[in-house]
Amino acid sequence: MYSKDGEQYHVVDSHIALWDARPENQRNIHGKQFIDCFYDYHRNLSPESEVWPYEEYLYQGGERLMRDVFVDGIVDHAIFQPARLAEFYHRGFGQTEEAFALAQAHPDKLTYNHHWDPRDGENGLDRLRADAERMQLKGVKLYTADWHGESRGWKLTDPMAYRYFELCRELGITNIHVHKGPTIRPLDRDAFDVADVDHAATDFTDLNFVVEHCGLPRLEDFCWIATQEPNVYAGLAVAIPFIHTRPRYFAQIMGELTYWLGEDRILFSSDYALWTPKWLVERFVDFQIPEDMTEYAPLTTALKKKVLGLNAARLYDLPVPAELQLPDADETATGPREPAAADLASV
Amino acid sequence: MTAVLPALTGTEAEVRAALGTVVDPELDEPITDVGFVRSVAVDGSAVEVHLRLPTSFCAPNFAWLMVSDAHDAVSAVPGVESVVVELDDHSDSDLINRGLAAGAGYRGTFGSEAEESLDELRATFQRKAHTAAMERAVTALLRSDPTVDVAALTLGDLPAGEHTTDALLRRRATLGLPLDDGAPVLVHDDGTRPDPAQAELVLRRARSVRISVDGNAHFCRGLLATRYPGSEADQAPRPGDRPLLPLTVSKGTHP
Repeated sequence: MYSKDGEQYHVVDSHIALWDARPENQRNIHGKQFIDCFYDYHRNLSPESEVWPYEEYLYQGGERLMRDVFVDGIVDHAIFQPARLAEFYHRGFGQTEEAFALAQAHPDKLTYNHHWDPRDGENGLDRLRADAERMQLKGVKLYTADWHGESRGWKLTDPMAYRYFELCRELGITNIHVHKGPTIRPLDRDAFDVADVDHAATDFTDLNFVVEHCGLPRLEDFCWIATQEPNVYAGLAVAIPFIHTRPRYFAQIMGELTYWLGEDRILFSSDYALWTPKWLVERFVDFQIPEDMTEYAPLTTALKKKVLGLNAARLYDLPVPAELQLPDADETATGPREPAAADLASV
Repeated sequence: MTAVLPALTGTEAEVRAALGTVVDPELDEPITDVGFVRSVAVDGSAVEVHLRLPTSFCAPNFAWLMVSDAHDAVSAVPGVESVVVELDDHSDSDLINRGLAAGAGYRGTFGSEAEESLDELRATFQRKAHTAAMERAVTALLRSDPTVDVAALTLGDLPAGEHTTDALLRRRATLGLPLDDGAPVLVHDDGTRPDPAQAELVLRRARSVRISVDGNAHFCRGLLATRYPGSEADQAPRPGDRPLLPLTVSKGTHP
């Protein structure tokens, strides 16, 4: 819970990780390139006081994670969104057993989401069934740019991926977090294309598709899809730290998301350990659209409460004190609505 | 090696000018302006160029477009007989540098990961560059006169000689859209005019494209400076044709 100026915010961090990128776990040069890329993101976008030494950045462990994420009691609940990266790291990047054990030890504070990969075929379906039972999964994190043998990427519309979505539906895994990294194959097309989310969201209207990084670097394509698909959500991982270095850009991201999606489908994420949630929550509560950006309405306190926690709490059935709950907003000018009801396709 | 310095300097200037014609399709800016040219070395008629990108995992298709475009541009400089262009520190550096040196082309380099060509990818981002330029030109006009009828605007209504107008005309020319004063400003990608009732939505959508392009440009510049300390000195300020996103750009921190 975060309190400021008499307002109380129930905070859910919808994207954290417990990773191990230490040299002994790096399988090849790409393992180092990957964590170095993360570290450049971290030190490029963090306030100076929040920058960690490189060695600390490689691995945090459960004890430190609990301190970092839940410091000062600001964050009420956090959700693991692990990336496998088995081609880059011997024991994978996200530490499944360590994170799952931590979530079991703190069920009121942590939810563990797992991952699947359609390129694991039939065996992967059996595995997902077993994982869902053991981990009581309510969500999964999908990283479409993950490498797998000869393959360097996949799409949500791959036929095998649909088999996995069908199984998710059967198992009650309703929250599908999609991270659109630079998918390599096929190279002919834009590696960050989010069009496959559109198709999957249309075909599985009973699943929620949370697009991490709100589709960045394709914010415009993402907003357009989310306008037409009421079950598509924006995760603010990587977008929210712009609040520090590029506040006017962040204002435009929030302005666009609010315009196209409305206030009920945007989720706060620190992307820990890329960044820590405390400073992001504090900055976000204090943040406002600059006055000269007249094209956007100011961010209301209700919007901030929803983004910081209430929206994610609803997706994950997390308990929220009755006095902190808020009703849904009206539809935006552009949506959400049924695709058939909107003549948007020609625009 | 550098005995005939004046002549070499002349060639290097020509090589850098040639590299200035190579554009990052996603950011719609020359690679020389965003600091992607790491080094240029001229030895007689032999030229070696090294390029660098903000991350190891920048999309390989864009990387290939820039590297191969750079190779073509430098090869066309008079007097240059041998050209080596290399991409440094990328997850696909070995693959791309080997393919380029062997003249293997896009499909020869990437094998089964490549299908036909990168033409459609390039075209997609030329359309986005036009959409962003269109939004900048219209929004500039709206800032000075909020009552402008956006749906009815023609090129003749835009202030001649303004950066935003010139930038729009250049990007229209790339797409083959008409350039005469009577041509509509607010158009779909195929040059057709939207229904007036949809004009506001078309402009809103164009705005999201412009914000995406500009935001990516700022982020990539910042990341490059973080990854390669000192490289910010090789970055030119954002061109004057895109004045509508006054961002505070941090240079990052260097522990």
